[in-house]
Amino acid sequence: MCATCGCDQPGGVTITRINTEEGEFRPVSNHGLVTAHHHHHGGQESSSEKRRIDLQQDILSKNDTQAGHNRHHFEAGHILAVNLVSSPGSGKTSLLERTLADLKDQYKSYVIEGDQQTLNDANRIAATGCEVVQINTGKGCHLDADMIHRSIHQLDPQDGSVVFIENVGNLVCPAMFDLGEQARVAIISVTEGDDKPLKYPDMFESSQLCIINKIDLLPYVNFSVEKTKEYARKVNPRLSFIELSATRGDGMGKWYEWLKNEYEAIGSRKEVAASV
Amino acid sequence: MHELSIVMNIIDIATEQVQQAHARKVDSIELEIGTMAGVEMDALDFSWSAAVRNTVLSDAERVVDRVPAIARCGNCGLEFRVSEPFMPCPACDNVLVEYLQGKELRVKSLVVS
Ligand SMILES: Nc1nc2c(ncn2[C@@H]2O[C@H](COP(=O)(O)OP(=O)(O)OP(=O)(O)O)[C@@H](O)[C@H]2O)c(=O)[nH]1
Ligand SMILES: [Mg+2]
Ligand SMILES: [Zn+2]
Ligand SMILES: [Zn+2]
Ligand SMILES: [Zn+2]
Ligand SMILES: [Zn+2]
Repeated sequence: MCATCGCDQPGGVTITRINTEEGEFRPVSNHGLVTAHHHHHGGQESSSEKRRIDLQQDILSKNDTQAGHNRHHFEAGHILAVNLVSSPGSGKTSLLERTLADLKDQYKSYVIEGDQQTLNDANRIAATGCEVVQINTGKGCHLDADMIHRSIHQLDPQDGSVVFIENVGNLVCPAMFDLGEQARVAIISVTEGDDKPLKYPDMFESSQLCIINKIDLLPYVNFSVEKTKEYARKVNPRLSFIELSATRGDGMGKWYEWLKNEYEAIGSRKEVAASV
Repeated sequence: MHELSIVMNIIDIATEQVQQAHARKVDSIELEIGTMAGVEMDALDFSWSAAVRNTVLSDAERVVDRVPAIARCGNCGLEFRVSEPFMPCPACDNVLVEYLQGKELRVKSLVVS
């Protein structure tokens, strides 16, 4: 069953390429192209005797295999892919809007937007002039590696570029699905509870960087930055932190520095690979 | 609800196995799901009943082995039963522990006919 239209096929995911020039969307892929739809092959006689199959197969192994393939795409193209995860409304799109505007001349960037229903976030990104595809997951609560793979082939990012992936706003499910990204960034805003890292540990455990956003609101809320860091470190002692305000601009320089380091690390990894 | 994607993946795996065995359907399926695998059993039930209709799993009996979580402390080496996510070592309070089991998310076996 498809989670969106209730048809008997898996999928129901829509991927829409947003046309930045004309400012309107042009669907280039839809349900008809879902690759997971199965075709049945006839010919073989089926037997009705019972047989036991010992399998021991990881349920998410297909996603992991696909994620490995995506990673290969990114590495081959010397591309930095960053997966942004957070609760709904923590400021993923706002962070991207400002980042894309500020770093326009530094990197060629692309955005893959994940959202259950709307094209709103992709339209906000398109307004900055950045190339973007919107993945609508319907009832699905996370992006998976197959959706990213289809998006990569649509965007066809040029060598040496940066691909930002905005995951569906959800603190639980995206953590389980490797997309093939090089870095995962968890965003928490100061209007949320500072015990979030303890309540939703998987997200913080699987990320390399934690951005604490909306620090312009700190005077008005009961949120302890130190406690958040302490709780998050319990879950993931290797996590780094950057405090910023995506709308007012405080702290953005540190984030750009982090991106630059990640970007350069990809470059040196590639040189090492080439020299072997 | 990622439980739905988990069920969709199970259906894919089962369909593949049924085809390979030139069988028609799955009579029973045994899953191994660790208590720290991040799966809510209620959500899994709900997704299951909706998703398996008209698939090889539509009449399959489902058996779930819940694997209890056991971790080993990276500091003192104590092995202990984990009762809540990211529980520190009960002996030395160290938080860096390694899961020995409890994160399984696997199709263990199938009976097809
Ligand atoms: N005060 C303040 N508001 C912010 C900041 N960053 C984002 N916001 C506001 O928070 C709201 C949500 O921001 P978005 O950027 O849409 O958040 P999101 O994470 O993309 O949300 P979803 O895609 O729905 O999950 C908007 O009203 C933003 O203007 C910030 O640094 N300070
Ligand atoms: Mg958004
Ligand atoms: Zn459908
Ligand atoms: Zn490919
Ligand atoms: Zn979910
Ligand atoms: Zn210990």
